[in-house]
Amino acid sequence: MIKILISLILFLMVVFLPVGYNVYTGKTAYIPVLQPPEQRGECVENVMFMRKKHSLLLEKWRDAYVRDGIKRYVSINGIYKISLTGTCLECHSNKTQFCDRCHDYLGVKPRCWSCHNIPEKVAKK
Amino acid sequence: MDKPDEIKKTLNIDRPEGDWMESKVEFKKGTYCYGAPLKHQQYLGLPHQREWQPHDPDWKLPENWKEIIIEGMKGILKKNRALKLFMDICVRCGACADKCHFFIGSGDPKNMPVVRAELLRSVYRRYFTLQGRLFRRLAGARDLTVDVLKEWFYYFYQCTECRRCSVYCPYGIDTCEITMAARELLNLVGCNIQWIVEPASNCYRTGNHLGVPPHAFKETLGFALDEIRDITGINIEAPINKKGAEVLFVAPSADYFASPHWYTLLGYLMLFHEIGLDYTWSAYASEGGNFGLFHSTELAKRLNAKIYEEAKRLKVKWILGGECGHMWRVIHQYMDTMNGPADFLEVPVSPITGTRFEHARSTKMIHIAEFTADLIQNNKLNLDKSRNDKWIITFHDSCNPARSMGLLEEPRFIIKNTCNHFYEMPENTIREKTFCCGSGAGLGADENLEMRLKGGMPRAMAVKYVKEKYGVNMLACMCAIDKAALPAVLDYWVSGVEVCGVHELVGNALVMKGEKKRETNLRGEPLE
Amino acid sequence: MKVILPFFLVIAIVFFIYGGIKFYDAHIILGIIIPYVCFAVAIVGFVARVIKWAISPVPFNITTVCGQQKSLPFIRHSFIESPASRTGVFIRMLFETLFFRSLSRNDRAELYGNERRLIYGRDRYLWLASILFHWSLLIIVLRHLRFFLEPVPHWILFLQDLDSLFQSHLTPFYISNVLISMGILYLFFRRFKKRNYYISLPSDYFILFLIGGIIISGILLRHIYRADLYSVKVFLYGLIYLNPVPFGGFGVMFYIHFCLICILLAYLPYSKLMHMAGVFLSPTRNIRNDSRARRHINPWNYPVKVHSYEEWEKEFKDALKEAGIPQEGGNG
Repeated sequence: MIKILISLILFLMVVFLPVGYNVYTGKTAYIPVLQPPEQRGECVENVMFMRKKHSLLLEKWRDAYVRDGIKRYVSINGIYKISLTGTCLECHSNKTQFCDRCHDYLGVKPRCWSCHNIPEKVAKK
Repeated sequence: MDKPDEIKKTLNIDRPEGDWMESKVEFKKGTYCYGAPLKHQQYLGLPHQREWQPHDPDWKLPENWKEIIIEGMKGILKKNRALKLFMDICVRCGACADKCHFFIGSGDPKNMPVVRAELLRSVYRRYFTLQGRLFRRLAGARDLTVDVLKEWFYYFYQCTECRRCSVYCPYGIDTCEITMAARELLNLVGCNIQWIVEPASNCYRTGNHLGVPPHAFKETLGFALDEIRDITGINIEAPINKKGAEVLFVAPSADYFASPHWYTLLGYLMLFHEIGLDYTWSAYASEGGNFGLFHSTELAKRLNAKIYEEAKRLKVKWILGGECGHMWRVIHQYMDTMNGPADFLEVPVSPITGTRFEHARSTKMIHIAEFTADLIQNNKLNLDKSRNDKWIITFHDSCNPARSMGLLEEPRFIIKNTCNHFYEMPENTIREKTFCCGSGAGLGADENLEMRLKGGMPRAMAVKYVKEKYGVNMLACMCAIDKAALPAVLDYWVSGVEVCGVHELVGNALVMKGEKKRETNLRGEPLE
Repeated sequence: MKVILPFFLVIAIVFFIYGGIKFYDAHIILGIIIPYVCFAVAIVGFVARVIKWAISPVPFNITTVCGQQKSLPFIRHSFIESPASRTGVFIRMLFETLFFRSLSRNDRAELYGNERRLIYGRDRYLWLASILFHWSLLIIVLRHLRFFLEPVPHWILFLQDLDSLFQSHLTPFYISNVLISMGILYLFFRRFKKRNYYISLPSDYFILFLIGGIIISGILLRHIYRADLYSVKVFLYGLIYLNPVPFGGFGVMFYIHFCLICILLAYLPYSKLMHMAGVFLSPTRNIRNDSRARRHINPWNYPVKVHSYEEWEKEFKDALKEAGIPQEGGNG
């Protein structure tokens, strides 16, 4: 009986471990603040689209550029050069406060930078 | 009953039809046991006594039988965690389904352990769980009706509590516990069977399952001694109720009444004489087999209490137990808990080898196979294996010693040291996976023969396999019910394979000091 | 009937969630009330169920022994299958809970050929499917911790990497998702085999549909109907610190996935899923096989009426005398 109660308490502790973990790391109220780019205006697509599907868009860009040689992307907001460093990082030059911060928050490790360069002005920031 | 081949032809274990929640049970002759006689119900003081038969349309149940059962269920759930747990956690994965000898042999889908348990579980859900009360049938819940009760009776007296399904269950759900609970409940409204209550009552009164008085018991042992003298030329004694002996010996009473048990008895007596064991039989506690276990824990305790009481009275040091199945379930897993502590006894020490049986240091009772294996290992016995040469032997693990004790190697060790020809049955049918004989747990009644033969089919098929492959003609086993049931089962399915006890083989092989040249084995058959 | 009903029940739940979000914007109910209520029901129900089991004693040592007992020194005893020590029991339980030892013994009885010979074949598919299902489930649950922990621990990142070893896209598919789908598909289809259909209850199918729904919605959520994970984590984080912030940006699929999990949690304590706790308490597995060496205590052991030696001797006095069997008072 006592052994069962102890196990039960241990089990509950495991269930509530995440709550304690964040208290331990001192981040219970942490919400990452993402620095939007200094330039105003909307991104390549609307914000909701970008939030949910930017990785899919980048993938599409990669395939379009590398495989089909397409160099332009047309959306409602305009015509864009297909380029991670040239287009994306041009605005989102604060990679650490924007890309990385959110990726770290969600435990995402994109492999973009295993091929792509990080331009100097971005790296410095 | 049809011929074996006919039965096998129509047997269906893969495609059951219908819905188990619907059907009504039909008491077909040959597949159920008769009700307990009033006289024996009275002697044991059982609840709701009456003359009654399962095939009667009116079971003459008490007026408030439903409340009695539901209250009883509440009581058992409160007293036994195993049942509570087993009622809740089954996922119906079906791993147990084709592990039951009754299901394989009869094809009756309600003999799948999972469905057998569901028969009880459905009533549990209806009266003890929220979802059962709310959603009834959709939640797998059933009202307790007379039909359900009849079904319980039919199927819970079609389970031999052999625990094979429990080996395969991922959660260790033990149908034996469920059957025991269901039988306790049936007992509360007076639904018992003759072949449990009558032997239990006889054992309670006289000390043996046939109800033979003490002087007849002594006489039988006397016959055995005469037979031994004829075979070996040696005069042997069998002390009864001898105070101050070192060891009390308790065997199942079938050993001195039935055949082929009888030859095992001869084996015991010869062995004890040869090693000069200071022991005694008891006429009061002359039954190790415990028919109470098939009825209720209370009755099991009432019968079992005699063993310790007698050991105390006779001032023996420790207790030795004969070849029996469920007797050993009780001794190994229940006796000390029920009637212990046995602080008036000493830890068993073999007076011949000096071996201390530490594994029985609390219960103070050891199995004769453990005792004999130790003798053989220490070279205390002069054994002539060739005397068992006419037999090609296989060993049938009895359910309880195998799955409730783990007594697997000792008998094999003895057989290998007393016989030259020994072959194992297929791996899936021996040791902890052994198949029941189909007649255990009180179902060995004559009127139940058809069901018993069907239940014995998987075991018999394994025997048939070794018979065809190695020419096996003798099945050794260590259980009184096996010895009683298997000859008929094997005769029906296999034919040409006899049944013996392990200590019959010992008796045959044992070269005794001062014996005359053996002409015959213990069965009186000429040696080859 | 026992398949269709639970199927439509799960479909109805999904539609309820869909409609709630689409037409009534029921974020408060589906995003705040349902999770809290379901979680509370799950925890309280779970604890209550385990305590309900625990208060009943284990009156007897009923180990199911699956190997040689510890007896004589020259006979090798089966340390795990017939454990005589705590360590043995611990290892036995470890095998039982981590690798489903008992299920791996499974075989299949079959009446074979024209002769209808009774044969047994190895049948490990059920075991394999169960292992696939349960281990994948564990990995998936651990992976989901990234929505609850900050910073996300390295071992979760490592687990993710491992799980997406066959990466081909920026959103890699997880191996565990594939394996759990295979596992549950097998578990689902085997329930239609005649014999398993016979023993199944509607609730067996219900759980399969529910978990299937969770798996499908989860995969869709990841690969097709994506949610804004940033808001998801902020939302879940708020939930566990009792500071709920229902966002609009999740999409219906998120709510379906999330609410189905909540419902599964709430249903758990009242379902067969309690085997997750029960397996640890099973007295046929978690007791040592040492009942002759150590007395097992039954707390409700009570004195019973016994046919005592004195009564017996009195009844058979003459018979004993005639046979010359010694009596307490002498044979005079």
